[in-house]
Amino acid sequence: MSTLQPAATPESLPTESGETVTGSRVGRGKGATSKAAGALGSRWASLVAVLIAVLWTTPTLGLLVTSFRSARDINTSGWWTVFTDPSGLTLDNYRQALEPGAQSSFTQYLINTVVITIPAVLLPIFLASLAAYAFAWMPFPGRDALFVAVFALQIVPLQIALIPLLDIYTNKLGFGQSYWSVWLSHTIFALPLATFLIHNFMRELPGELMEAARVDGAGHVTIFFKILLPLLTPALAAFGIFQFLWVWNDLLVSLVFLSGPEYAPITVRVAELSGSRGSAWYLLSAGAFISMVVPVVVFLSLQRFFVRGLLAGGLKG
Amino acid sequence: MSLTSQRRSVKVFASVAVLSLGLAACGSSDSGDGGDAGSGDAGASKIDCAPYEAFGDLKGKEVSVYTSITAPEDQPHIDPYKPFEDCTGVKVKYEGSKEFEAQLPVRVKGGNAPDIAYLPQPGLLQTMVATGKVIEAPPEVVKNVDANMPDFKEYGTVDGKFYAAPLGANVKSFVWYSPSAFADKGYEVPKTWDELMTLTQKIAADNPDSKPWCAGIESGDATGWPATDWLEDVMLRTAGPETYDKWVKHEIPFNDPSVQTALAEVGKILKDPKFVNGGYGDVKTIASTSFQDAGQPILDGSCYMHRQASFYAANWPEGTNVAEDGDVWAFYLPAKDESSKPVLGGGEFVAAFADRPEVKAFQTYLSSVEWANERARTCGSGGCVTANKNADVSLLKNPVDKLSAEQLTDESATFRFDGSDLMPGAVGAGTFWKGMTNWITGQDDKATLDYIENSWPKS
Repeated sequence: MSTLQPAATPESLPTESGETVTGSRVGRGKGATSKAAGALGSRWASLVAVLIAVLWTTPTLGLLVTSFRSARDINTSGWWTVFTDPSGLTLDNYRQALEPGAQSSFTQYLINTVVITIPAVLLPIFLASLAAYAFAWMPFPGRDALFVAVFALQIVPLQIALIPLLDIYTNKLGFGQSYWSVWLSHTIFALPLATFLIHNFMRELPGELMEAARVDGAGHVTIFFKILLPLLTPALAAFGIFQFLWVWNDLLVSLVFLSGPEYAPITVRVAELSGSRGSAWYLLSAGAFISMVVPVVVFLSLQRFFVRGLLAGGLKG
Repeated sequence: MSLTSQRRSVKVFASVAVLSLGLAACGSSDSGDGGDAGSGDAGASKIDCAPYEAFGDLKGKEVSVYTSITAPEDQPHIDPYKPFEDCTGVKVKYEGSKEFEAQLPVRVKGGNAPDIAYLPQPGLLQTMVATGKVIEAPPEVVKNVDANMPDFKEYGTVDGKFYAAPLGANVKSFVWYSPSAFADKGYEVPKTWDELMTLTQKIAADNPDSKPWCAGIESGDATGWPATDWLEDVMLRTAGPETYDKWVKHEIPFNDPSVQTALAEVGKILKDPKFVNGGYGDVKTIASTSFQDAGQPILDGSCYMHRQASFYAANWPEGTNVAEDGDVWAFYLPAKDESSKPVLGGGEFVAAFADRPEVKAFQTYLSSVEWANERARTCGSGGCVTANKNADVSLLKNPVDKLSAEQLTDESATFRFDGSDLMPGAVGAGTFWKGMTNWITGQDDKATLDYIENSWPKS
């Protein structure tokens, strides 16, 4: 909502100043929305938006073009020279990047990433929506304090937790060398924000819905699964995409907890593509693109949910 | 849990299959390139298994190795494990990471230490020993090291206890140049420092469009290290190895007059806009040019000389002829006169974090002549020089490796380890790098050395 406020400045609505308080508020609200819609739809706004989009995409385009150029070309001239002299484009970088490393092929790393990512997205969503339900609709003593405490955990940087967690995983729980350590770590790090987001979304659903269900004899479990979960889909999808991108692109957590090429995700492989002394850095652009493909596809195909999730949360506030 | 273990065994199977595929692919491409029969798949060569039988039956055991050496440089390390694996039945699990230096302390503190780690700096070994998790080298390794690499032993020793045997080695006292460009212009490889300076002036006078030297010290978090090598190399020449040792151990202050002399000598090249920075611009561009790119202008003639270690060989683009009469080659950075020959170099050390017989057997193998020779034999891409002076130099195939090995085994050569790797981390991997970078961008000699001296940890 706050992003839409500036459109409703008092100066822009001088004629409404004499109306009653409620009338003014309603009038302003309507004026703000339509004004915002108008502003976003105007030609200039479109131009600015297109301009920003172009600026934002240019480096990525450069990366894409670079990934098809030979090592010598990359070192000697800029990627834009391709448009005047398109000769010398090659698939060599991709071939080299996809070549098996010492122990595993690129596909193995890709599979590792998928194996890491899916549970690391589903687990926090499931736990956080259960917790959010409790925080939103189950009154119990100390609920608000506990909720603030959970959200406050967001402040703790994950870096300080790495060594203690590793110690617990390897020495107390005994699964230092398995996917469990990254799944749990990602879940732990994601829970505060996930709980907060889903709680806020859930709070905005009308309470009458829950009451009606309870009158009909539904318990917490039925309410949660039959009524709330379907309504929550946009919020879950929005957070799911966030978490997916975060886990997919994560290097730090995997580096710390997963040793050995049979577990390491694609980010670890990309980071090592350039060789011990960075002499093969021209492979990085190709490697980056291979690892980017899946998140881009996921984002594009789910962006409908993403936008709806954001708007749904915003407009009801 | 049963699901996990099932999945794990599938994984292991898959990675073994991939590994064997990878090796097969490697072998065929090697023999296609060089025509050397049995270069890639020579892993089957037999060694004497007796030294490892003393450690008992090790069949089915695993040893994990964690290093900073990643693909493609890792293959020359992995291939020569084969004879050891054949002998003992031990499976060696290799893992290379570029985040090694940051991750190793994390893993050790988190109780997830690898069995063996290759430490690229003696300074890191001291830090690791301080954690109390490094295991002293077994007597078999001590025996091998005394016989094969006595010069390096002190670098693997902390507080009088010997922990880590040296493994690979590289030579830093090299100047890369283009033999064809030198031949065209009638320049000769200088034999003394004075000749080097004369040549520098001559090149500058002859070629108004290019510069005699190119340099670059940008290297991400480690920006500045190539400049520290410059100072160390020149320090060895102007002050001599004994003073160099004192300087590294901080028995003389960092801003000692002898160091000032050395830095002034470096400045005569690196801070003279007539002499640098070929292909890039003025003196300040040294700080912003990455060390990987720094020597490349030699290829197009905008620069004539580039001081960098033997491992720079990997940075030449594919198709460059690296040979004594080729596109690029390296000469020894000359000393004051021809009678002395200080060589600056670096290397890795094998530290163990586990006290198991298979780990000890593997350490013993890594310090043996058999390992060094097997490594030279299976090495396709270069970078296979070892600290082992009893290794057979003639087995090395890569010309730059040969050149480096000759420098290391030269009777008149005095080897000194890279000083910044021996100094405390706060200096050697911190203020020394930073100070030299500031020096390049304009800080004067005295302020630079004073700054580094003041940062030396008080204890």
